[in-house]
Amino acid sequence: MHPAFSVIFLTTLIGAGQGLYLAMVTGQLYAIAQFVEAQKDQFYAIGSLVALVFLIAGLVASFFHLGRPERAWRAASKWRTSWLSREVIILPIVMALVFAYAAAHWMGWTNPLFQLGASLQVDVTLLLGIVGTLASLALFVCTAMIYAGVKFLQEWHTPLTVTNFIFFGAASGFMLAAAYSAYIGNPLVTFFGTWAVILTFVGIGSRLMHLRRNGRIKRKSTVQTAIGVRHNALVQRSQGAMGGSFNTREFFHGQSDRVVDMVRYAFLILVFPLPVLLIGAAHVTESPNLPILAFLVQFVGLMAERWSFFAEAKHPQNLYYQSVA
Amino acid sequence: MTQLALVIDLNVCVGCHACVTSCKEWNTSGWAGPMVDQNPYDASPTGTFFNRVQTFEVGTFPNTETVHFPKSCLHCEEPPCVPVCPTGASYKRPDNGVVLVDYDKCIGCKYCSWACPYGAREVDEEQKVMKKCTLCIDRITDPKLSERDRKPSCVLACPSSARLFGDVHDPDSEVSIAIRERGGYQLMPEWGTKPANHYLPRQKTQMHIDQDELTRVDNPLRKEDLTTYTGEETLDDVAW
Repeated sequence: MHPAFSVIFLTTLIGAGQGLYLAMVTGQLYAIAQFVEAQKDQFYAIGSLVALVFLIAGLVASFFHLGRPERAWRAASKWRTSWLSREVIILPIVMALVFAYAAAHWMGWTNPLFQLGASLQVDVTLLLGIVGTLASLALFVCTAMIYAGVKFLQEWHTPLTVTNFIFFGAASGFMLAAAYSAYIGNPLVTFFGTWAVILTFVGIGSRLMHLRRNGRIKRKSTVQTAIGVRHNALVQRSQGAMGGSFNTREFFHGQSDRVVDMVRYAFLILVFPLPVLLIGAAHVTESPNLPILAFLVQFVGLMAERWSFFAEAKHPQNLYYQSVA
Repeated sequence: MTQLALVIDLNVCVGCHACVTSCKEWNTSGWAGPMVDQNPYDASPTGTFFNRVQTFEVGTFPNTETVHFPKSCLHCEEPPCVPVCPTGASYKRPDNGVVLVDYDKCIGCKYCSWACPYGAREVDEEQKVMKKCTLCIDRITDPKLSERDRKPSCVLACPSSARLFGDVHDPDSEVSIAIRERGGYQLMPEWGTKPANHYLPRQKTQMHIDQDELTRVDNPLRKEDLTTYTGEETLDDVAW
């Protein structure tokens, strides 16, 4: 498949945005449980607003993928069958909940509404945080299922696609939370950094399993089944167009195997060992800048990861487009 | 229920591209707007086509065969491109089974093209919407046309009658009989898309002739003939 930069930006940006929001809610939950010290409401509010900026940036990027962006509103209609439609519906819901969570903190709506058990004071921010977390996880699933749901792309048609999207998104979001805490000099940087490392570790494990699975994939379609001629020696001589077509532009990445391999090695280094080393070094040196660098390095790595994700998928329609002339 | 479809006879397709040009001519001048080309007279010409003829070589030289392979939307009975469409622009007509795109609803997200294993859908780079073979829906549903002309333009254009058109659900239709009696098959059956279009396989056109079919060794006239011949002209030598 041809890696579309609009989609690469969309999935990485909203992944980081959702992850940062999940980090804010996790921070609040840990504070309620008194595992970490409670922060000022402003901390959660600004963190969520940064998450909202990432979500909006992702939404803007997604419009560049559309041929007719002015009709994008129509995409909400077929949610019964289309994962893309489901994503289109749930993305604004998540954005609204993130904004509401930020606003509730900013306005200080923290008077307990009711009490659960002996000590759990439930306020508006907690309710919004939990609903937003569920919506955010649903958005991860919808985004990933757009790819995992296409059975013809055997490289994508696996639950590992969904786990990759969830854990990589969450990892970069927690990394961003660590960077944000470091930037404002908040002591939660270690807490978020630790979670970022754990999530990165799980994410890279899932991705390595995904790579291993794709390395030994057995193709369902062959050129024999494509044209229905049972013969071992079967080569294409022309494809009905000399200058290429939509089929050659959309479904081939057009890069050499070497470039694809390089991008794969690059993302494996940029996503996992480098950010983990940087965040570890930040913990030792208490540097306010290294977590920001760690997030940026990992984010670039995740864009390379998404590029690689596209490039490694081989569409069966390519069997009809093997040779130009 | 009706399922209109094409049946393409690979045994007689000569790869002349008449169906391609006829398709493009009819559909680019229709109510749905032009099928735009880029650099049509320049290097790397490209453009939107509903139908393309591809060529495959079977076997190793010198024992090779050339298979010309016309490919357009197969109007699947389980079209995987339809449920993934977020807007409902892609749909399958309930009355005749033709898979169509509503160009006024399509947002050009290309997701349906990912969900088609045959590469039958192409984005029009000018109109920015997804396009595909309509089986000339404006022709085949036009009651003003005569019965003879109420067919897709590729079918009418084919000089070797390699393209048949009809209802594959009607067991007595020309296409159903062709599929049944001449080994019609579907492309990539492994995906369960149930393409409505079928292809008729190549056939060997050799004949086996034995020597005794050329020279009758058991000619009864000769067997019962008591004459002794000495090289003169006989009835066997008469040119009829």
